[in-house]
Amino acid sequence: MRKPFARNLLVSGAIALASFTVGTVAIAAGGTEHPPHRHWHFQGPFGTFDRAAAQRGFQVYQEVCAACHSLSLVAYRNLTELGLTENQVKGLIKDITVTDLNDEGAPVDRPARPSDRFKKPFPNQAAAAAANNGKAPPDLSVIVKAREYGPDYIYGILTGYVPYDKLTPAQIKEFDVKKDDNFNKYFPGHKIAMAPPLSDDKVTYADGTKATLDQEAADVTEFLAWASEPHMEDRKRTGVRVILFLIALAGMMYAVKRMVWADKH
Amino acid sequence: MASSHGTPPVFNNKVVAWIDHRLPIFSYIEKEYHTFPTPRNFNYFWNFGAIATVMLVLMIATGIVLATNYTPHVLMAFDSVERIDRDVPQGWLIRDLHMNGASFFFIAVYIHIFRGMYYGSYKAPRELLWILGVVIFLLMMATAFMGYVLPWGQMSFWGATVITNLFSAIPIVGESIVTWLWGGFAVDNPTLNRFFALHYLLPFIIVGVVALHVVALHVHGSNNPTGIDPKGPQDTVPFHPYYTMKDGFGVMVFLIVYAGFVFFAPDYLGHPDNYIPADPLVTPAHIVPEWYFLPFYAILRAIPDKLGGVLAMFGAIAVLFILPWLDTSRVRSCTFRPIYKWFMMFLVVDVIVLGICGSKPPEGFWVPLSQLATLYYFAHFLVVLPILGKIERPLPLPPSIADSVLKKKAV
Ligand code: HEC
Ligand code: HEM
Repeated sequence: MRKPFARNLLVSGAIALASFTVGTVAIAAGGTEHPPHRHWHFQGPFGTFDRAAAQRGFQVYQEVCAACHSLSLVAYRNLTELGLTENQVKGLIKDITVTDLNDEGAPVDRPARPSDRFKKPFPNQAAAAAANNGKAPPDLSVIVKAREYGPDYIYGILTGYVPYDKLTPAQIKEFDVKKDDNFNKYFPGHKIAMAPPLSDDKVTYADGTKATLDQEAADVTEFLAWASEPHMEDRKRTGVRVILFLIALAGMMYAVKRMVWADKH
Repeated sequence: MASSHGTPPVFNNKVVAWIDHRLPIFSYIEKEYHTFPTPRNFNYFWNFGAIATVMLVLMIATGIVLATNYTPHVLMAFDSVERIDRDVPQGWLIRDLHMNGASFFFIAVYIHIFRGMYYGSYKAPRELLWILGVVIFLLMMATAFMGYVLPWGQMSFWGATVITNLFSAIPIVGESIVTWLWGGFAVDNPTLNRFFALHYLLPFIIVGVVALHVVALHVHGSNNPTGIDPKGPQDTVPFHPYYTMKDGFGVMVFLIVYAGFVFFAPDYLGHPDNYIPADPLVTPAHIVPEWYFLPFYAILRAIPDKLGGVLAMFGAIAVLFILPWLDTSRVRSCTFRPIYKWFMMFLVVDVIVLGICGSKPPEGFWVPLSQLATLYYFAHFLVVLPILGKIERPLPLPPSIADSVLKKKAV
């Protein structure tokens, strides 16, 4: 376990240097557009998840995003919270195999179970980065909470790509865009390592909804919003009850306080 | 005052009487929380001590439940907090209560401190009471800072890195202190472990200091909006039921606002970057602390020199310790200090401006603004207070608390 002092020093030095460079790049990358505000079904004090949209969003995630992005905090069984039955969940995962250890401790492939967490596309960060031009696709479990503007930003990223030939020369110059870079209006610094993942008819929806780019992006955002905070509806429901209770209690306390103080005022 | 009332209480319940004869806790409660003579003219600013106490208890209760489910390891901390949110029954509620509880604890304490400054509660004979309060404030800051590190998100990690690094500004021994704080050569697992241990420990030390704070309070009793001492029974009411009921009402109103955030905007006061797992290789574009540290963060960055910044930041709290001796006015309450009243209001504006500066990147016009606001902050304590007390002509004080209450009613 004990590392030699010099190596430690070298590692921390390298880390400091790397973080400094990345830091300055990140700071220089300011000045991106705010994503436009959209109305989401889950917004507001009484907003709930649109189950149908979130289920379609799961399909988009499973068929498109899952090739690169993990969703490691969510288990397949959690999908029942979106209105799927246990049998439907089992049906959805019947073709997925995961790696496990057998009784002798040897790695084996077995069919996924509802209690498994979503299967990761890459065994580790390094493999994920290597397969994606050096940038590991981030885990999407809490992505909606992890970005300013939340769902508007995620939707913005998915729909905000500008093809190279639509860029102005000024943009190309300012952001040093190369022909095969992906330019995104809403990504800080604009050059994003993810190629546009969605387009019209990228998936065929089981419920017959027309799969436009907008529809897919909105649906997968609804799904990811749920994944980021599965208990959101419970939170708001509890909140309404707690606040009503507290208001009643405060009213009572106020009446009692008035009574007690009546002879002093 | 507390010592001025007569015979010890008689308890009808035999068990209570038996215990009290050997360990007078019931007499204590009776004397300090029931018959305790309290000025009759408190306004709602006097609720915030009770509110802060409720928040402290709430933080400890929710914190212990969190700690039973939390894993202080760099590879697991982030996910363990997410598991509390997702998989522990009602875990999300406990976490949202704790996370927003810290903010609301600070809101209560900031209002409580403002109350003390506006009504001159720090003046003789309450200097030690005030100093104990500043100690509580410091301990709270340390506790909240270390708590924020525990979920091990990007702001946790980088906040810890920036703040611990401040100690490297100390000449000669600075670097060694930082290494010692970290338990290594970077913020890493040993840092997380010790922060967790201390985050668990400090709240109980706060409880101890709060107890001393209350003991000191009950020697001379509370100050009040007029700042003049009660002169007899007509100026006071027994603490119970008068102030227990009023505090109860105030606590409820405060909890309603708090619940609004917990249930409808739990992440509003937080930073989205803290939902990104800590990554030592990626520095966030702007490293900002929690909102309640922003004024002090602005003071830190206002000084171009690192050591100077650190000294200014700690100095901003240190001046609070000597506040009772900086204020030279004989009059306690701002109600009767026509000029100082406005300086006090302006200090609040100044601290808010500092808070805004602290949340902005240190560039452009924010730099001179935060420098100006820092200068004013210190000038308020070190120049305005000592001089104004000597030259200001206070308004005539009412003869007694009862008088001031009756006069108000007549108007
Ligand atoms: C071919 C692989 C690939 C696919 C498929 C893919 N992504 Fe990505 N994604 C990436 C990579 C690589 C990044 C990192 C980009 C960067 O940091 O430059 C990324 C980044 C992201 C980000 C974070 C952007 C930020 O602000 O840091 C989001 C959100 C995202 N992807 C959503 C999705 C969604 C939703 C889908 C499915 C519709 C999807 N991705 C499909 C590779 C992919
Ligand atoms: C003075 C009282 C306290 C204050 C001001 C305080 C403050 C904080 C803060 C700001 C956080 C970060 C919240 C987040 O962003 O997730 C936190 C987390 C945490 N605290 Fe406390 N805390 C207090 C008391 C306690 C106590 C007494 C305990 C344990 C006995 C405790 C246990 C924890 C744990 C386990 C976490 C990590 C889980 C999480 O981040 O949600 N806290 N605290």
